[in-house]
Parts: sequence; structure tokens; C-alpha cells
Amino acid sequence: MSTWTRASVWSAGLAVVLVAVAVVSAAIGPVRIPPAEVVKAVLNAVIVPAGIEASSDGTGALMLPGVGFTYASPFAYPVDDVHAQIVVGVRLPRILMAALVGFALAAAGTVMQGFFRNPMADPSIIGVSSGAAVGAVAFIVFPAALSATVTLPLIGAVDLGLSHGAGVSLFAFAGALAAAFGVYAIATRHGRTPVATLLLAGVAVQTFLGAVISYLQLQAGESLRRVVAWLMGHLSGASWSEVAATAVVVPPLFVLLLVYARDLNVLLLGEEEARGLGIAVERTKRILLGASALITAAGVAFAGIIGFVGLIVPHILRLVVGPDHRVLLPTAALAGGSFLVAADTVARAGSTELPVGIVTAAVGAPFFVYLLSNREVHEL
Amino acid sequence: MSSEPAADGDDGGGDAVGDATAGDVTAADAVSAGPDADPLIEVTDLTVSFGDVPVVSGVDLRVDRGELVGLVGPNGAGKTTVIRAIKGTLAPDSGTVRLDGARAADLSAREAGRRVASVPQETSLAFDFRVRHVVEMGRTPHLGRFDGHGADDDRAVREAMDAAGVARFADRSIREVSGGERQRVLLARALAQGTPALLLDEPTASLDANHAVRTLELVRDLVDDGRGAIAAIHDLDAAARYCDRIVVLANGGVRAAGPPDEVLTAGALRTAFDAEAFVGRNPATGTPAVTAFDATGAAGEGDATAETARDADPRRLHVVGTGRGASRVVARLAAAGHDLSVGVVPEGDATAETARDADAALVAAPPFEPVTAKDREAAVALAEDADAAVAVGGAGGGGRDGDDRTDPDAAVLAAANRVVEVDTSVDDCTLLGAVRALDDGDQPGERNRARRRNRTR
Repeated sequence: MSTWTRASVWSAGLAVVLVAVAVVSAAIGPVRIPPAEVVKAVLNAVIVPAGIEASSDGTGALMLPGVGFTYASPFAYPVDDVHAQIVVGVRLPRILMAALVGFALAAAGTVMQGFFRNPMADPSIIGVSSGAAVGAVAFIVFPAALSATVTLPLIGAVDLGLSHGAGVSLFAFAGALAAAFGVYAIATRHGRTPVATLLLAGVAVQTFLGAVISYLQLQAGESLRRVVAWLMGHLSGASWSEVAATAVVVPPLFVLLLVYARDLNVLLLGEEEARGLGIAVERTKRILLGASALITAAGVAFAGIIGFVGLIVPHILRLVVGPDHRVLLPTAALAGGSFLVAADTVARAGSTELPVGIVTAAVGAPFFVYLLSNREVHEL
Repeated sequence: MSSEPAADGDDGGGDAVGDATAGDVTAADAVSAGPDADPLIEVTDLTVSFGDVPVVSGVDLRVDRGELVGLVGPNGAGKTTVIRAIKGTLAPDSGTVRLDGARAADLSAREAGRRVASVPQETSLAFDFRVRHVVEMGRTPHLGRFDGHGADDDRAVREAMDAAGVARFADRSIREVSGGERQRVLLARALAQGTPALLLDEPTASLDANHAVRTLELVRDLVDDGRGAIAAIHDLDAAARYCDRIVVLANGGVRAAGPPDEVLTAGALRTAFDAEAFVGRNPATGTPAVTAFDATGAAGEGDATAETARDADPRRLHVVGTGRGASRVVARLAAAGHDLSVGVVPEGDATAETARDADAALVAAPPFEPVTAKDREAAVALAEDADAAVAVGGAGGGGRDGDDRTDPDAAVLAAANRVVEVDTSVDDCTLLGAVRALDDGDQPGERNRARRRNRTR
């Protein structure tokens, strides 16, 4: 069976799992909704472009100057209106966000473990999570100072009129990228970025940013509770616009990473050997680092620091499908999506909602200890 | 043989042309399309430093199609550095590396990966890929970003695995196979790369005798089919046996270069390796066989150092004796740099062979016949000319009564200024110590008819 066939079969299987987990998750909550009704509600919400007539026999007509698009709902199952509202308006965006974030973190974790040739690496290793935390916490603590005006290069001071949630996400995203770029710049000399230096620079920057976060928490006062909640990772209150923003960023970056999966395999041989096998090592490393940092930033910008997804999911999948990144990367990403949807379902299913980061760590850490006691992993 | 290399060269050129249509190729490729015009690897005036420490300087090297070049030299001589510079993983401070006519610095990693493949000393794979997969990675420079493995790639991988003898464990994890098997996997990967030139860094270092020979035979076959290869190699005998040319690298520069017979001489090896070596003939292959001796051990116990052993004045010595014992004494004294003469020995005796290999003056007589007066006089003349004679295993003992006519060895020893007697089983230390002790004796050249025998065990 060729590698791409294996990748396709595994990915198709895990995509089915992801859909199943999502449907079950949407059925669970304060209001129990049968899975069949969940599926019908979701199908009812699907709209497809029906034509360009100006007539409005479909739903949700969107008017563009001169041209009128109409959309039609191909499905019209009888579904309880309240149930439909709960599924499509409340649970589905949260589930999709969980899937996207888990997908992004697991993909980035897979790439980082390969990139550093170290099974203990995870997406936060180049400072992305710490940077995001500083950005987000700073905005939570000083919203007035930061939301009124944002100085953009070339454009000047612009009043973005940010909502609170969007502001936190934007600052988290920017902080994540700034930290990753800082780590990269520190570790790069004469156009070369030694992996060991990058790792140490990441540790140093993370430590420094940790101090900044602690200081901001001291200054937080009233908002400390929100700071702590963000730092623990959460998916509550996800809106369709946030899902859309994340969905625009994550899949293209994932495709880029997938395109470089074979190069990542060869990089595992060591940089000198990879060069001898025709890999433009430094350029490939820059692309992998940049795409991983962006995809991680997109993940944490909204959801905060969610640990262990990017660490253990690639680990487990490597044991199952092997180390070939052409198979490992898509399967780990899909499994990461399923894992985070399931974890978030647990987080919100109880009487009090938990930050999902607590669930992933509480489930992930013992499982990781189990893996470490397993001989095969122990030797990694 | 010239047609096959041309065909191989066309293969490489064909790839380059394919690239040209894709629009990512340098003008240099057009040059390389010319048949056999350029050497596969050409290193000119290469200088590499790590920081302020020069590792190699002024190295020139050339590998043509159909040629296997051995790179020998002591540890730290810069062999791996030269190989890394050719691979392009090390930027030289000055000098150029040309691969098939194109400056390596101008080539993309992909283009370089189609011209030269390398077999590293070791590989570090953090995750357990299967052997087959590692070999498949050799095809990387031939695959476009979105290409899967085609029929050509599959065939190249299969042939490479068969040739390197790794097909048997193709589905095992690279981390589970032994060191020797792993080295063959790396060789298979380099073969799968399908390049006209190969770089081998200690390709046989962790292989058993059988696989070491098979590996070198395989490389030799590939080279005979028109590829070119350069191998850093510690085993001088193997280098002599398989290489067309040998380049001796020492102290960061090329000390000697040429066919093995010319390059592997005791003098060249002493300079390069700082060791005492005897270059004989491998009886099975007829190629130079190098035996190195520990100069430190030869210096003996106590305060003597390698320096004093080497710096001991080379002496003019005449060796008397036959068989393996005398042969060994000749080899060891020759390695220590003494100027030797030998005789009379029967033609075909081991000592005669060794004396020839050591370039010693030799008086050899037909076996099973009385030694002629002419041969005896020739040997006597050599012995008289020598600082001392070395009698091995009681040679000349038959003439203890002074009957020089019945035992020619006795006549020869009688003619010597001084005589050192050693057993056939004498160890290096005692032998060289006895010769060095001559310093403490009378002035060389003073005739000592008393035949003062330094009985030495």
C-alpha cells in the first residue's frame, strides 16, 4: 500500500471519528438532544448557492451591486426550533472551534517534534504560547489602554473599535507571533538556525515571558479571574465569526505543512544528510517554523493555553501509524481535533463548566505517564 | 568502458535538462551536458577553518568517471572535512568545489543531490523509520514537491537494496538493526540516489570482514560501470586493494597522491601517520599491505619516548637468517627506518620477499644448492659495509668454529663490524633496543674482528 493510500485511508477513518465525536458532543449538554436530531438540525442549516436570479425564493439572500446571489437550503427536516437554535447557534460553533484548535495544536506539535527531533517538543516550545499569553493577559488587564488605539505600521493610529473578545484574540495572536519571531531571531546567526540554539532560546524567552505574565497577574486586580480562566484554556462563548476567522487561517497552513511532510521526514536524518539529499535545509526550517508558529498562534489566540494536545496526540499517533509525517501529520491533526472536542464536551458537561485546559491536562498527563512506562516510548 | 560512463553521464544530464524546462536550473548545467568533459568532482585549493583553526588548506582533489579515489590519513587529518566541503554542508574559506563542472556553491541542494550522494559514518534517526523508508529517502532529489514515488523510483530503491544486501531486513526498524546493517542501509540510500558520484566516509568502519569486502567490491563495480567515488578509509590495505588512486591527507594538506604502489611507501606513511610502517605485499591479492608498528612501544620501557625511538639514528644493518623469523626482523627494522641489506638467503624464502618489499639490498641464491663464492663475497661485502649484522635464530651458528667455507652465514657475520644476535621470536622492543644499544658501543666503522656477540634474548 503506498504511503499516500495509507494516509488517505487513515485520514478518512479519523475524519469519520471526528464527525461522530462532534455529533455526540452536540447531543450532550444541559438539554439532551438525540444525535439524529443534531444531524438534521445541522443539515437544515446548510445553504448552497442556488443561482444569480434577483428573486428571493431561498433564504439569506445576499445583495451585491448589480448581481443578486440566492442561497437555498437543500434540506428541510422537521426539527424542534429550540433544539435547532441550541445546536447550530450555541454548540456547533464551540465544537468547530474545539476541532480547529485541536487540529492546529496537534499538527504544530507533530511538526515541532519532528523539527526538533525530540519527542518531548510541543507547539509552545518556540515561545508561541507564552507570547500569546502575554498579549491576551495584557489586553485583559489593560483593555482601555490597548483597545482604544492600535498603532499599525504605515497606517498610523487606528481606532479598531475592538470588542473585548476580539481584542484578546488579536493581541494573543500578535503576541504569539512576536515571541516566535523573537526566539527565531535570537537563535539565528549568519542565516543559520541551529535547532539546539532554537530550543534554548525558546526556553529562555518562555521563562522571561512567564515573569511578565506573573507581573501582569499582580496588576490584574478585578480582572484576575478572567486572566486565570484564559491561561487555563477555554472554548466557551465561541461565535461563528471567531470560528470563521480561525477556519480561514488553519487549513491553508496545514496544507503548507503537509506539502513539506516529506522534507520533514528527511530532516529527521539530520541537517547535513538532509542537505545531501537535496533539501534546502534553512529555507525548509524557516517555512516549517513559520507555518507552525502561525497555526499555533491561530489555535491559542482564541482558546488560550491548552496543554498536552500538541504533545501527546502526535505521540500516540506515532505509535499507531508510524513516524512517516505524510501519514502522521494528517492523522495526528484529525485525532487532535477529536480529542479536544471530546475533552471540551467533558469540560462543559458537568454542573460547573471547567476550563478545557484542565481536562486535557488531567486526562493527558496520566496517559503520558503511562506512555513513559511503556518500553517503546521510554526508548524514544 | 568509455561508452557506459557516457550513458551514465547522459542520465544525469537528462535530469538537468528536464529541470531546465521546469525553469530552475543554472547555466552551469548546460556545460555539464557535454560528454565526460569535466571530472565528477574537482576540488581546487580548498581551505577550511573552524574559527581561527585551519583544518585543511590548499587541498586539490579530482575524481573522474570510472575512478575510485581513497582518502587516507591519520585521525584529525581533515578527511571528513574535505568530504563535507564536497557535500556542500561546509562552506570553504577559499577554494572551489566543482561537481560535474558546476561550482557546488552555485548549485541548489536539489541539483547537488543529483550529482553526488554520500554515505555518512553514522546516522541519527530520532524515530523508528523502516529500513525501506530510509532507502526511499534517497530518491528525494529526484522528486518534485507533489510527486509520489514512480516506477523509476521504486526500481531504483529495489535495486539499491538488493545491491547493498539490505532487502532481507527492509521492513525492520532502522533503530533495531545492527551498526553494520545500518551502514549498509546508508549505502543503499546513496545508491538509490542514483548519482554519478559517491562520497563514502569510512564505509567499512563498522562492517565485518565479509561485508567490508562486499561493500568495497560493490563500490568498485559501480565505479567500473562509470561512476566516480571518493572514500575516506582507514584500512590502508583495503585502500590499496580497491582504489585507483590514493590521496594521503595529513596535517591539513595533501602529502601524497597517486596510484597505491607509489603512494603507500614506508617513508610517506611515516611522515603522514607519525608511525612506523612496513609496506609489504598481500600474498592473496598482490596489492600493498601495510603493517603499522607502535613507535611508542618500540621505544621500550622507562623514559624513552616515541621521539627518541624515531630519532634514533638510522643504521646500516645487514640481516642474516631465513624463514618467517628473519622476515619479521627485516620488516620491523625497515619500518623503524634502518637501511638494510640481507643475505645470503635462498630465493623464494619469506625473508627474500620481505627484503624486496623493504627495498633492501639482497643477495639471494638458488635454493637447495651450495652458495656460490660470488654470492658469498657479495654478502660479505654488504656486511662489511654495515654498521652491524643482525643474526636471527642462531644463523651462522654452524660456523662457530670459524669454518667460513661450510656456513656462508658465518663468513658474513665474521665480516661484520659487530653482531647482534636475536631469536626468531624476538619482540619489537628487544630487537630495536638491541640495535639502539649499538650507539653505546664502539664507533661505527671501526672493524671489530673479535665478533663481539651481544647475546640478546
